Amino acid sequence: MEKKIGCYICTGCGIGDALDVKALGNIATKEQKIPVVKNHEFLCGTEGIAMIRKDLTDEGVNALVIAGCSHRVKNEEFRLGIAQMDRVDLRDKCLWVLDVPEGDDTAEEDRQMMAEDYIRIGCVKVKKMNDPNPYEASTPFSKVVLVVGGGIAGLTAALEVARTGYQAILVEKGETLGGQVAKMHKVSPARAPYNKLEENPLPMLLAEVKGNKNIRIMNNTVVQKTVGAPGLFDVTLNHNGTAAVERVGSIIVATGFQAYDPGKLDKKLGYGSSPDVITSMEFEEMAKAGKIVRKSDGKPAKRVAFSLCAGQRDTSHLEYCSGACCVYSLKQALYVIENHPDASAYLIYQEVRTPGQMEDFYRKVQNEGGIFIKGDVNKVTSGSSGLTLEVNDKLLRQGVTMEVDLLVLATGMETTMDTTDPNSASPVGKQVDELPGSILNLQYRQGPGLPSLKNNFPDSHFICFPYETRRTGIYVAGPARRPMGIAATCTDAAGAALKAIQVVESVARGAAVHPRAGDLSFPSFREEGCTQCKRCTEECPFGAINEDEKGNPLFNPTRCRRCGTCMGACPQKIISFANYSVDMIGSMLKEMEIPEADDEKPRILVFACENDAIPALDMVGRSHAGALSPYIRIIPLRCMGSMSLVWIADAMASGYDGVLLMGCRHGTDYQCHNVRGSALAEIRLSKVSETLDRLQLESSRVKMVEVNIMDAETLPQVINGFVAEISALDPNPYKGF
Amino acid sequence: MTYDLTFAKEVYENSEEGHWIKMCMQCGVCAGSCPMGFLGAWTHSPRQLFQMVRAGLRDEVLSSTDMWMCTSCYNCIVRCPRNLPITHIIHGLARYASVQGKADPKQSTHHFAKDIFWENIVATGRVGEAALTMKLYFKDGIGEGIKQGLEMKDSALGMLKAKRLKPLPFRGKIKGYPGFKAMLKKAFELENQKEGKA
Repeated sequence: MEKKIGCYICTGCGIGDALDVKALGNIATKEQKIPVVKNHEFLCGTEGIAMIRKDLTDEGVNALVIAGCSHRVKNEEFRLGIAQMDRVDLRDKCLWVLDVPEGDDTAEEDRQMMAEDYIRIGCVKVKKMNDPNPYEASTPFSKVVLVVGGGIAGLTAALEVARTGYQAILVEKGETLGGQVAKMHKVSPARAPYNKLEENPLPMLLAEVKGNKNIRIMNNTVVQKTVGAPGLFDVTLNHNGTAAVERVGSIIVATGFQAYDPGKLDKKLGYGSSPDVITSMEFEEMAKAGKIVRKSDGKPAKRVAFSLCAGQRDTSHLEYCSGACCVYSLKQALYVIENHPDASAYLIYQEVRTPGQMEDFYRKVQNEGGIFIKGDVNKVTSGSSGLTLEVNDKLLRQGVTMEVDLLVLATGMETTMDTTDPNSASPVGKQVDELPGSILNLQYRQGPGLPSLKNNFPDSHFICFPYETRRTGIYVAGPARRPMGIAATCTDAAGAALKAIQVVESVARGAAVHPRAGDLSFPSFREEGCTQCKRCTEECPFGAINEDEKGNPLFNPTRCRRCGTCMGACPQKIISFANYSVDMIGSMLKEMEIPEADDEKPRILVFACENDAIPALDMVGRSHAGALSPYIRIIPLRCMGSMSLVWIADAMASGYDGVLLMGCRHGTDYQCHNVRGSALAEIRLSKVSETLDRLQLESSRVKMVEVNIMDAETLPQVINGFVAEISALDPNPYKGF
Repeated sequence: MTYDLTFAKEVYENSEEGHWIKMCMQCGVCAGSCPMGFLGAWTHSPRQLFQMVRAGLRDEVLSSTDMWMCTSCYNCIVRCPRNLPITHIIHGLARYASVQGKADPKQSTHHFAKDIFWENIVATGRVGEAALTMKLYFKDGIGEGIKQGLEMKDSALGMLKAKRLKPLPFRGKIKGYPGFKAMLKKAFELENQKEGKA
């Protein structure tokens, strides 16, 4: 079907008053040869939409350029079922950010030029678009969810999946289900008024899981190997030595935590020196057996001290807070107090961290007579009357000694996940079938584990996408992801279950999951141009691309998040999307008009990330944060990771005086929605000076800045500052070539 | 032993509002809010006193002058995130120390409250400002009294002119003084009953 573009220019919101709309129409009609060009004073209104719809049916228009407001508003109105569409922003990023005093002809002319350029690039963009063909695999997609780990997180996740009507396979390495919670006596309160110990929820949960027809439980089973991609995972499950392959759609990893080894703790805490120094889990088992006694002589333990933060928030042990220990120690203090009316429970703490409703539980324990001492246990000695603790009391500002029957060390949580350093991709061919200690044994080019940022916890964009990992379709729930207590684990498991369902449904439609949820395009690859440089397979933030023996990329479209990092990485420009390509952006920037050097109107190209920088730019006008230079031209990019150096060279050759890249924050506190996109762009940019040197241009003409979505206030300063820097240089000598 | 709860329980049961002390979470907002803290008037902030109660430091707490420095500004009550009536707890501790005979009788506020102010008001049923002021000035001897009196003379003269100070120390008893005495007697009775002394 031949493409027929319709260009519709809205004259509402002051656009018609400020701009010469007739001239804009002429750009579309005469210069861009758009067959249908129309104006409307209220395009997003019923009449305006009806006008477009009429053209879609009567005129055979099948591609749209909608010029008006930002693409971030009026989404519902312009959802017309047309894939090839661009929203040209004449209002938020043009009208609203330019300072045009009344009667200032030059400023008015500059504004008109900006609007005309945006019409041009909108038309070019749509011309370069194709309809995406959703990915279809040669084998059927599975919607089964594999849950690895049969503790409270895995059980909850499997149950949530099953209740929604999906099939779950629950794999447990051991003989029995239940995990760590099975060892627990009671649990901290999960419901109002948050001041009563609750019965262990596990028996009820187990009964429900075992009675659910949608859940297949496999005990004594480990995952030997995981091959494939979301919807198409072929997982080798080894049950008692017999391996069988299961096709699943997505995977939830809920392998939980392992308690920090108390043997590694500082000797001053006394673990190992006396049988009466025990860990929280040992105390829990004691309480479950109904015997809170001194291990040394079996006498009842009426005086029990709890050392919170045993090895946690300590750079030589675990540098992080395990989040749940304060609450479970409070719970155990109540065991002691409720066991004997004259018992004493001493909580020796750094800070009592009881987030949310657990503050009420803290009060409960205070009210019941729990004794709170802020400080550290400095020495433990055992004698006939029990243990003697020397505590550095930070509130009394003095050392105190106390005699207790038991000292309970609240040890922290470590993840059971095997993670890999995302920056050291495993070399091809060296991967063995099964790695000791690996949970999923992923057959991915970037390694068998999930990438981690620090402390071996699998990493995700934690602000926007919790439960996520850097491997599409694989979600981690519970303390395997980050330390947490039972209530948080259950919430986490439910969240991961919903994510697991979302991905199998999206994959079945050929659609991406976030951040480009619903995007039907996926990268295509012109094989004959490949030089086996492996940049795409190494750089993909989601490990979506495997490699064959020769080093050719093997795309897994259902793993893909459509960020375009592979496209930006490819030096041969052979990777593209139906609706996004190196050629598209290159043609757009070349289409804009560059004034002669004598006009003294510089042109600065701004590549802005759609996730953070574009919303921040939209907010500049909306929040009256200040005017932007009329010399900038903004092109939105999916992610800075998709930035191709070719565009920089093209921009310089076309006569732009400078290029500003606005990406997300990267590093350990990264905000990039595609994890590594902006970091990779920065690395690529470090090589741009070679290109500029070759063109005999100053390297300061290209600059990358980190923009946060909240940065609207400072953006005018950043942008106008860069424009001023560029204006101080001579004009680009390539203008007019 | 430190953190033996005997003293803490004694305070929880006998000192007014003392049972709140166990609910303190030692955040220190009271210490930061107390105007007397900026003047360096106390050695232990309210939260430290509370921890000392919980640690069983009976003598240190009861003989402390810290709780006598409270000006009842109520900043701490307003700000306490745990809603502890700190001002009242402090007053309770002060009174408990006094009742227990642990408070220093020469400590100014203790002395003023217990002897000077109380005697003054009980004698007539109303506050006699001149007598009250004089007794306060002369509490440390004649020389000290004259010195302090001279320091404040301008203020006193100003107040006299503005008719804010009655020059004569004795204005006689209030109307219905016997009723007032009867009320006090009943109050003492009730208090003794509460404290198990009756």
